[in-house]
Amino acid sequence: MRHRVLPVLAVVAALVVVWYGAAVWLNAAWAQDRAARAGVELGLVELVADTWAQDKPKLPAPHQVAEEIWRTTAGQKITSRRSLLHHSWVTLSATLLGFAFGTALGIGLAVGIVHSRVMDMSVMPWVIASQTIPILAIAPMIIVVLNAVGISGLLPKAMISMYLSFFPVVVGMVKGLRSPGLMQLDQMKTWNASPAQTFWRLRLPASVPYLFASMKVAIAASLVGAIVGELPTGAVAGLGARLLAGSYYGQTIQIWSALFMAAALAALLVALIGALQRVVLRRMGMG
Amino acid sequence: MGAGAGQAVAGQQDAAQTVIAARGLDLTFETGDGPVHALKGVTLDIRKGDFVSFIGPSGCGKTTLLRCIAALEEPTGGSLTVNGMSPDAARRARAYGYVFQAAGLFPWRTIGRNVSLPLEIMGYGRAEIRERVARVLALVDLAGFEKKYPWQLSGGMQQRASIARALAFDADILLMDEPFGALDEIVRDHLNEQLLQLWARTDKTIGFVTHSIPEAVYLSTRIVVMSPRPGRITDVIDSPLPRERPLDIRDTPEFLEVAHRVREGLRAGHAYDD
Repeated sequence: MRHRVLPVLAVVAALVVVWYGAAVWLNAAWAQDRAARAGVELGLVELVADTWAQDKPKLPAPHQVAEEIWRTTAGQKITSRRSLLHHSWVTLSATLLGFAFGTALGIGLAVGIVHSRVMDMSVMPWVIASQTIPILAIAPMIIVVLNAVGISGLLPKAMISMYLSFFPVVVGMVKGLRSPGLMQLDQMKTWNASPAQTFWRLRLPASVPYLFASMKVAIAASLVGAIVGELPTGAVAGLGARLLAGSYYGQTIQIWSALFMAAALAALLVALIGALQRVVLRRMGMG
Repeated sequence: MGAGAGQAVAGQQDAAQTVIAARGLDLTFETGDGPVHALKGVTLDIRKGDFVSFIGPSGCGKTTLLRCIAALEEPTGGSLTVNGMSPDAARRARAYGYVFQAAGLFPWRTIGRNVSLPLEIMGYGRAEIRERVARVLALVDLAGFEKKYPWQLSGGMQQRASIARALAFDADILLMDEPFGALDEIVRDHLNEQLLQLWARTDKTIGFVTHSIPEAVYLSTRIVVMSPRPGRITDVIDSPLPRERPLDIRDTPEFLEVAHRVREGLRAGHAYDD
């Protein structure tokens, strides 16, 4: 255990050192500026201390971000609009809903593509084309169009999450459903199995490892989708709103704390899928 | 009228004896480099209870012939009947069990559930499935391994499980495509012996593809020697060996004589090719 923890800690420590150094480098100009206007001469120690404690630094120091995260999570009631947990939950709910939609859509399309040559030739190019459109361009359109038909709130954001998350699922599931070899398909034929029997008893179980691999990518994409979906809604709530509000008012510490929260959320979600994968595959005897 | 009826009865008896009948069977694959004659003019009768081995170098069409019988390939010429029906009708009637070169067990199913797979597909009831799985697993000496997953078994045991799976639904015909090809000599000897015992107990008709001369001679009542380009039959040898065969029968002069004839047949096929 120890020989695995040590290298990880060493890398983290190195990153933190680089970060503190970068904070000094980037924030020094502003510190010097202020000192000059106040007619004070800064020593090295004062300069460094100032660069790590500014209100709106170009790059906040790690402890500033950590303090902000602590203040806005543990220091606030969870229902408060100042609570980062509240905003995380807003984003998480859209992420999970969009992920569920995206996974269902992805599996559905993959089943169609594998079983119908026409669908393979007609749908697959659109699936790929859909991912070449920048999500930043299409997200406001989706929000506007859905608002026009009276759908607002969680659902439009979930739609954008779905838009990003169905793609890895389609690609992975098509590969997974096609993973049984010619011999296994011949085998089913010798038993005169129907296409439905071949699907439920061979193709679907064979695709499960592929499904989990794509779901790991999809849930991260889904989170990105939910955050992007929160930008054009006028920064009401969610991690995306925190990012946008932070950039409006130059609140870099708030931006960085929201970024770290999003990264932690993504790591947690991917870890959850990984845990689910281990449980399912072990129960299937493939773990 | 009496004579006519007698002839019809004789014909029926003949048909009952002949399980698989091929007449002038051709199979040509169209490829980018022109047509490949996988089978040309193959004529063969396989009688009920026969153990027929197909032997020959790669490309001689032995596997293709087995796949035609199983309706996994479509012949381009000639006629082929299985149990008096077209191969595809026989396949749909589940006339045969097919054992592939690799065991092909599903890794997400236990051995018991792998063997029960064809039975589930064919719609057998639960109690019957349980009873049959237990019976065929005992037949291949795998009783007690029902709950194990394929990766927990050796290659030889996996192949035995795949044979059990092919036996589970009581098809009269067992088609085996180099089932022991990937196994080592010792395991192979053991499985050959077990296969003979199983054949004696179940009275199935077996078509067996191999490229091992000793295996073909040891197992078969008839040996079909084939040669490539075009894939065809060069010799059919009726084995003089008794049906009861201990492993050391392979040191008897009769055995060596049959093996010699097979070897000659294989050599003749190659000479023709050069």
